[in-house]
Amino acid sequence: MSGRHESGDRGSPYAPHTADETAAMLDAVGADDVTELFDIPESVAFDGEFGIEARSEREAERHVRGLLSRNDDLTEFLGRGHYEHYVPSLVDHLSLRSEFLTSYTQYQPEITQGFLQALFEYQSMLVELTGLDIVNASMYDHATALAEAALLAARVRSTDGDRVLVPDYLLDQRKDVLENYTDGAGLSVETFATDDGNADADALAEAIDDDAVMVYAENPTTRGTVEEGLAEIGALADDHDALFCLGSDPVALSILQEPASVGADVVVGDAAALGLPTAYGMGLGLFACREDFVRQVPGRLVGASEDAADKRTYTLTLQTREQHIRRERATSNICTNQAWVALRTAIHAAYLGPDGLVDLANDCVRLADDLAGRLDDVTGLRAPVHDRHHFREFVVHTDQPANAVVEDLEAEGFAVHAVGEHEVQVCITDANEHAADRLVAAFEEVA
Amino acid sequence: MEYDQARWTDGKTKDGESAEGQYEPLLSEKNSEEVEVDSPLPDDLTRDSLELPALEEPELARHYTRLSQMNYGVDSGPYPLGSCTMKYNPKFTEDVAALPSAAVHHDRSDRSLQGTLGLMHGLQNYLAEIGGMDAVSLQPPAGAAGEFTGILVAKAYHEANGEGDQRDEIIVPDSAHGTNFASAALAGYEVVELPSGDDGRVDLEALEAAASDRTALFMLTNPNTLGLFERDIEEIAETIHDAGGLLYYDGANLNALLGQARPGDMGFDIMHYNVHKTFATPHGGGGPGAGPVGVVSDLAEFLPAPRVREREDQRSESSERASDGTPRATDGGAYERFDPENTVGKVHGFEGNWLVLVKAYAYIARLGDEGLADAAEKAVLNANYLASQVDYEVPFEPFHHEFVASAGDQDAADVAKRMLDYGVHPPTTKWPEIVPEALMTEPTEIEGKDTLDQLAEAFDAVATEDDETLANAPNRTTARRIDQTSAARNLRLSWQSLEGDAE
Repeated sequence: MSGRHESGDRGSPYAPHTADETAAMLDAVGADDVTELFDIPESVAFDGEFGIEARSEREAERHVRGLLSRNDDLTEFLGRGHYEHYVPSLVDHLSLRSEFLTSYTQYQPEITQGFLQALFEYQSMLVELTGLDIVNASMYDHATALAEAALLAARVRSTDGDRVLVPDYLLDQRKDVLENYTDGAGLSVETFATDDGNADADALAEAIDDDAVMVYAENPTTRGTVEEGLAEIGALADDHDALFCLGSDPVALSILQEPASVGADVVVGDAAALGLPTAYGMGLGLFACREDFVRQVPGRLVGASEDAADKRTYTLTLQTREQHIRRERATSNICTNQAWVALRTAIHAAYLGPDGLVDLANDCVRLADDLAGRLDDVTGLRAPVHDRHHFREFVVHTDQPANAVVEDLEAEGFAVHAVGEHEVQVCITDANEHAADRLVAAFEEVA
Repeated sequence: MEYDQARWTDGKTKDGESAEGQYEPLLSEKNSEEVEVDSPLPDDLTRDSLELPALEEPELARHYTRLSQMNYGVDSGPYPLGSCTMKYNPKFTEDVAALPSAAVHHDRSDRSLQGTLGLMHGLQNYLAEIGGMDAVSLQPPAGAAGEFTGILVAKAYHEANGEGDQRDEIIVPDSAHGTNFASAALAGYEVVELPSGDDGRVDLEALEAAASDRTALFMLTNPNTLGLFERDIEEIAETIHDAGGLLYYDGANLNALLGQARPGDMGFDIMHYNVHKTFATPHGGGGPGAGPVGVVSDLAEFLPAPRVREREDQRSESSERASDGTPRATDGGAYERFDPENTVGKVHGFEGNWLVLVKAYAYIARLGDEGLADAAEKAVLNANYLASQVDYEVPFEPFHHEFVASAGDQDAADVAKRMLDYGVHPPTTKWPEIVPEALMTEPTEIEGKDTLDQLAEAFDAVATEDDETLANAPNRTTARRIDQTSAARNLRLSWQSLEGDAE
């Protein structure tokens, strides 16, 4: 092999022009040289160098592989909003089909029925899981979806309230995004207390008034506990005409109380718990809501329609809400979203089916329960800290400083979170359960 | 020209009723099951049942393979969708993004993430060089998120100067991407729309009239959405800076400038990069993308947290590098995350679309200086060549990487539908509105002369066709013309909503 594909020094390897073609095209446009086509004043033209060396594909691949190989090979027992479940091989093979991967937003539905149908199916599966009527396709991640929910609440609420109430277990980064997104709309984010890991309905009852536009809770919570008072929270929100927004994910929703049944008006979360491996927090913002809000929903919606031959088809719909039409009056500024991740999530969900999803979710309960029990038996540890039911993850009290435990575990090849001076958090799923025995042994060494 | 897109009619539904003429059935129509939820949790904390599709792997493989065949991507054929920069996506970038070493959790220690942090640091540097910026944050997960982030940075800057309340306006040209308006409104700003001049560019007098001590930011795309370079960019920057405002570069059209000019050199203070466009990472049917933000040094302290830097104790030893140029990791590692001093905080729950960033890094590492500059040159050559070959009028020129033709008496949306029959994805239509019946066309650098000739043929064939032919198009795609009005009027957004539908 030789020539353009092997050397990087002949310009873009993805511009297929031969010298003759370039000459013919320049001739057709009446230019001697391509630089004549640039209408850039001399004073701002760039005549320096970036200093980025061109590489062959082989060299570029090796370079990036070499960079990434500097990541330590740790077995992660990490969660707190970013979860790993085994992703079936089928998901990669089908989602990487280039007709899917190399397309863009379905502005021409007649030629993009495949992706539209896949997104319609994604929406439909999440409708089943949330019990709400409307699911969009898609937001960026859990945090931004939560922020969009608060903005939706401010739009649909009939009164002029400006308070968004969140439990004190809300992850700092989610709260930070929520505040950044809602500041422009004049909303204020306030926390209410928790009780042994779960939202405290009494504290919420104290905090809530008619100025609240939204009340938020999670199930499971950031501390891994299963919420027990959701219906009560939903009723409190309803009493004050505030929206009730619930954070969750499709695996948990497979067995936990249907959000619609506890009064949730909006469900947000990270749907990439199905479909993506850990990817440094890259996700898929889930956004579901009641039908009443359909014209206020942010993001893309795929609807069924008919074509000229009266056959069922799919198309993006209600686009008049979107930024490219409504501009500053749009329901959201989102344009490029996470559609391909939604495709992966849909394939993963369909692969598991209802039995597989329920089994996977039940494993998340059993594995956490079992591992917490085993760690509780280790001298110097107490687990779970909260006397609650758990899903995937739980908090462990450590007699040693948590940071030291985490560092020592890392030296043994494991990653867990430090969440307090004497608290670590451990997350277990089908993706790391094979290493549970070794983790317990490592804890015995370091605790 | 012959073209027929795939469609699938397996003629079966779960009831065994004929579904002749129906396309690939929904998963739910193939097989659904309702299972009882039996769980270790108490009954009052769980749902009773769950009903979802239940199919075996081979059936799913066929379903999604068929759906893929009913979808059109860059690898299927030309995709000159203006402003979207639909470039060929090299395949090796998928391989590196799929490496187990890329599948990491965000909450690991810096020490154990030297590969990820090293790549991020490298990409920050690449992007800073390419944009002529001093500091870059990789956090925003898309271009519009980048705009929003840039606006937050500008807001924080003005607040730090005691002008936060006073500067409550953002100026946006009428030809700007809709996201500019939406992002400005999201951040709580008044949008001041700036009408374009007769030549399709910023009207300096209008800008001077609009700029004031209320101006927080002027958001500009250059080349603009007509493909025109804002030649007066230095005067524009001066006008805005004199008024105390900041200048924002919308990176959607950066592909046309690679190695030719840099926003930082033109006087822009803040910019976002649509790395999925400019650096050929797949757009994935609508995303994920990534929208890193670059700023000049005065604004670096406000960028989202965290960013990645070389550790101070490492910088003195930076001469000690591995043969591939990357610093050697020592015990604590060479890179660390840090929070900029007056950070605006976070715009994403974690740190953006990491896998997209890996692909963008790999693409830049492949092309290098010469490849990037060549991409811009060929993109501009292609747009100029294609424009010279189509019969439709192109009212504004000279243009860079994209041109906006006018369909004249024809309906641009119909023109687009008819182009589908010729096996090409049509241009962006009816936008920017400054050109009547706009056909906004961006061939990018990846098309060779033969393909551009094919595209021109499709344009020209459609240009001579009558309205009825156009109104009845398309005929050779998976679906015939789709009724958008009925989709919006009779909303059916899930298969649950189809129940009871007469088929």
